[in-house]
Amino acid sequence: MNTRAIYLFAGVGILYVLTGVLLSWNVSLNILILGLLSAIMALGVNMQWGYAGLFSTGIVGSIALGGLAVVFVSGNPVPEAFAAGGWQAISGLAVAVAGIAAAVAAWTYMSPGRARNLAVAVILIGGFFLYRGIFDPAVERIEAFDPATHGNVGGFGLNSIWAWPVGGVFAAVAAWAIGKIALGLREDYLAIATLGIAEIVITAIKSEDWMSRGVKNLVGLPRPWPVPYEVDMQADPGFLAFCANWGLNPTTTSTLAVKGIYIVMFAIVLGLLIWLLQRALNSPWGRMMRAIRDNEVSAAAMGKDVKRQHLIIFILGSAVVGMSGAMYVSMLGQLVPGEYTPLRFTFLIWIMVIVGGSGNNWGSVLGGLLVGWLWLIVDNAGPLIMGAATAGMADGALKSHLVDVAPQLRLLTLGVALLLVLRFSPRGLLPEK
Amino acid sequence: MDLLNALVAFLNFVVIPAASYGAQLAVGALGVTLIFGILRFSNFAWGDTMAFGTMVVILFTWLFQSLGISIAPLPTALLALPFAILITSALLLGTDRVVYRFYRKQKAKPIILVIVSAGVMFVMNGLVRIIIGTEEQNFADGGRFLISAGDFKAWTGLAEGLAIKGTTAVTLVTALLTMAALFWFLQKTRTGKSMRAFSDNEDLALLSGINPDRVVQVTWVIAAALAVIAGTLYGLDKSFRPFIYFSLLLPIFAAAVVGGLGSPMGAVAGGFVVAFSEIVVTYAWKKVITYVVPQAWAPDSLMQLLSTDYKFAVSFSILIIVLLFMPNGLFNKGK
Amino acid sequence: MSDPFLIGEAMTGGYGATDILHDCTIAVEKGQIAVIVGPNGAGKSTAMKAVFGMLNLRGGSVRLNGADITKLSPQDRVALGMAFVPQTHNIFTSMTVEENLEMGAFLRRDDIKATLEQVYHLFPILKTKRHQPAGELSGGQRQQVAVGRALMTQPQVLMLDEPTAGVSPIVMDELFDRIIEVARSGISILMVEQNARQALNIADKGYVLVQGANRYTDTGAALLADPDVRRSFLGG
Repeated sequence: MNTRAIYLFAGVGILYVLTGVLLSWNVSLNILILGLLSAIMALGVNMQWGYAGLFSTGIVGSIALGGLAVVFVSGNPVPEAFAAGGWQAISGLAVAVAGIAAAVAAWTYMSPGRARNLAVAVILIGGFFLYRGIFDPAVERIEAFDPATHGNVGGFGLNSIWAWPVGGVFAAVAAWAIGKIALGLREDYLAIATLGIAEIVITAIKSEDWMSRGVKNLVGLPRPWPVPYEVDMQADPGFLAFCANWGLNPTTTSTLAVKGIYIVMFAIVLGLLIWLLQRALNSPWGRMMRAIRDNEVSAAAMGKDVKRQHLIIFILGSAVVGMSGAMYVSMLGQLVPGEYTPLRFTFLIWIMVIVGGSGNNWGSVLGGLLVGWLWLIVDNAGPLIMGAATAGMADGALKSHLVDVAPQLRLLTLGVALLLVLRFSPRGLLPEK
Repeated sequence: MDLLNALVAFLNFVVIPAASYGAQLAVGALGVTLIFGILRFSNFAWGDTMAFGTMVVILFTWLFQSLGISIAPLPTALLALPFAILITSALLLGTDRVVYRFYRKQKAKPIILVIVSAGVMFVMNGLVRIIIGTEEQNFADGGRFLISAGDFKAWTGLAEGLAIKGTTAVTLVTALLTMAALFWFLQKTRTGKSMRAFSDNEDLALLSGINPDRVVQVTWVIAAALAVIAGTLYGLDKSFRPFIYFSLLLPIFAAAVVGGLGSPMGAVAGGFVVAFSEIVVTYAWKKVITYVVPQAWAPDSLMQLLSTDYKFAVSFSILIIVLLFMPNGLFNKGK
Repeated sequence: MSDPFLIGEAMTGGYGATDILHDCTIAVEKGQIAVIVGPNGAGKSTAMKAVFGMLNLRGGSVRLNGADITKLSPQDRVALGMAFVPQTHNIFTSMTVEENLEMGAFLRRDDIKATLEQVYHLFPILKTKRHQPAGELSGGQRQQVAVGRALMTQPQVLMLDEPTAGVSPIVMDELFDRIIEVARSGISILMVEQNARQALNIADKGYVLVQGANRYTDTGAALLADPDVRRSFLGG
């Protein structure tokens, strides 16, 4: 790392310290946790953009899928619901997948013409109705079971740390499907297509109550090992003694400690990722990827299978993002589909990648920590600042309106920040070497 | 068998809403396709441009209403259109001058412009929320129904009613007029033809003495008009919420791609294709089917292919199918 | 007066850092046909593009009718009476034949009907297909549209970059006949051609370029008769 990077990271560190001192350490550590998560998401996106030049707007979808993994892996089992329709629902889904596979096979292996078109149409239409016939009644029964508390198919009840890699796998599978369809298209078509996929994923999570209770939200997901619960800590005599010894307030200390443990865990994951990515970047494979990105035509002429390499990168990047989505939900302990909006996740992460420095892993980390801080600080400090700024104004509709919309200012400022960076410093704060 | 009632239900619940929605999408897609054909990038800020334009219309509508100006039974919003178009044009021209022009001069890759437009999207989104807030706004005044369901049933004695909302009629007429005006402009005027030439072959257009700056400016002004009109028609019909326009991006892009990016004719066709597909696939056919088939076969379930939550899945699927099999769209052969 | 009608004199330059043209001179008199030939990569198209202002010259100048136009952009030169027909992508494929011609006359504010008729007289097939999209025409017809478009400004100089590239021999002959007709009406023609023999046949002046510099300059007939030229470039 060079001096410029050190100064920038130190600067960001100071921001967090100031937040802790001026606002509260709780707020500062909370922002830091989310900042670290954003950094991981930015790393995933940077893989796709920095290594392969792929502009995907489906990041929020990968994050949501990661969250879904936590629901399935760690959610409380609901045996009654599962017995009511679990296996049938699964077989319905299997029918759907088989139908699509059969249609694709028919398209690939039959020769073009009437027969092929007819075959594919019959398979798709027939398959669709068959799938609905099996799937719908099963789902109805699952959702009918105690909808107030459940109405979903339940999970395996395992510790949520197991969900982290599973989240990556979920996102990877979806990325494989989208990649097969959408890669190889013109760049802005990929952007539009990934936008659509993310919309569908989020809609599915919102509407398919049998999966994760949809907009009724699923709460009560267990924390990942080894994070303790504050109440448990506060009841533990050893901990209380420790606090008494050092003159610390047990309640505050327990919350700070829990946050501290999350920070350490997430930082370890982040560190591992960076180490892996840096090694990959400097390996022959990494050089090949950048060669492809910089001159696709020559690379293809040299026999490199560009589409396949792009697909690999796309899947890996999405997997990283998916894993971070699982980490997020495991920390929150709940899945709230309503918060997964493209603005907050997809496009904000893009700003992190570009402002931080596209193509540079440390840049993504910096971007994640810095822009994440900017975004979240407004939630906390925004109304305060706006209140102070409008203190001189007469009370009235305009003043209260301004204070109300203070959080929206961050959209403006971040948009302007992105535009400024793209115009004057397009390689970002930490440019690619 | 009650074909007449089936037909009326079909018209009332499928054809008329789809035509109205299709008209709104068509006008929106025209803007996207124009920007793509001439400025050569997919404008991700388009949804929020529509939101901005509609917001200005709402503000002027409130102004006129407070001044007691009205054109009943037409909605007051129509009066506000020219003012909103003026202001939105200024915004777009300003954005072009300050943001996009730099990259055009540099001949930057289209994907860079897409990312830049995402930044513009943030700014516009923030602006709209700050100015008008985030709640839903209903600004449709004027006659509610051209024909109400009750009147229709009284005239015809049928069980099914056919209602034509005032906003539907306004949408169809305004959209039609807008499309006709645009096509006349592109086909018959010197400036319009120069824009088509520029979109077709930029280098040759420059060689022919066509002024690129002029073409770009006219494009942004027309785009502003289309954004305002499409956004207002949609907002009159449903209601205005700042976030709703971002989610319209997908069907609008789908419509433009289906018709062939860069082809105005295609955008219009695409708009209706997407609208009809969305509604046909998510409509509960139980009622119509019950009228058509014998009593014994009447269905129990709703007979809905996909729930209405998934209407974006329909636009998206259409988009994917077109991109896979006909990437140039219906109207662009070998571009 | 000694200055030819259009002259690019001692042109040195290229598209970027490296020079493609070295001290190259190309000129054409009023109503004459000047042809630029040479081996591949000789800089023929580059020389003509330099005369049209499509690249920056490090050295040399371009003069039209005595006036120095070296600093003018291509669009400005169009306004002064120069017309350029590129080798490829030289028509608006999605617009009709007539619209293509209208676009050619974009800079003119007067009534273009007379010029339109002249072009239709020169290329009768275009009149029949005037409302057809230009992209649907055959290769030779598209070239006619391209040339017709350029003629709509009533230029004083018509510059053609390999007009017969990719067309059949019959169409090539027809095209050359038309070019002669155009020259006879008083318009100077500057033409880059790969089909050196046929081109020199109709040329009043020929320029043989090698590696961006003039090698042989003479009348078309003289060059055709020159044994050195024949051996090197015309296959004996």
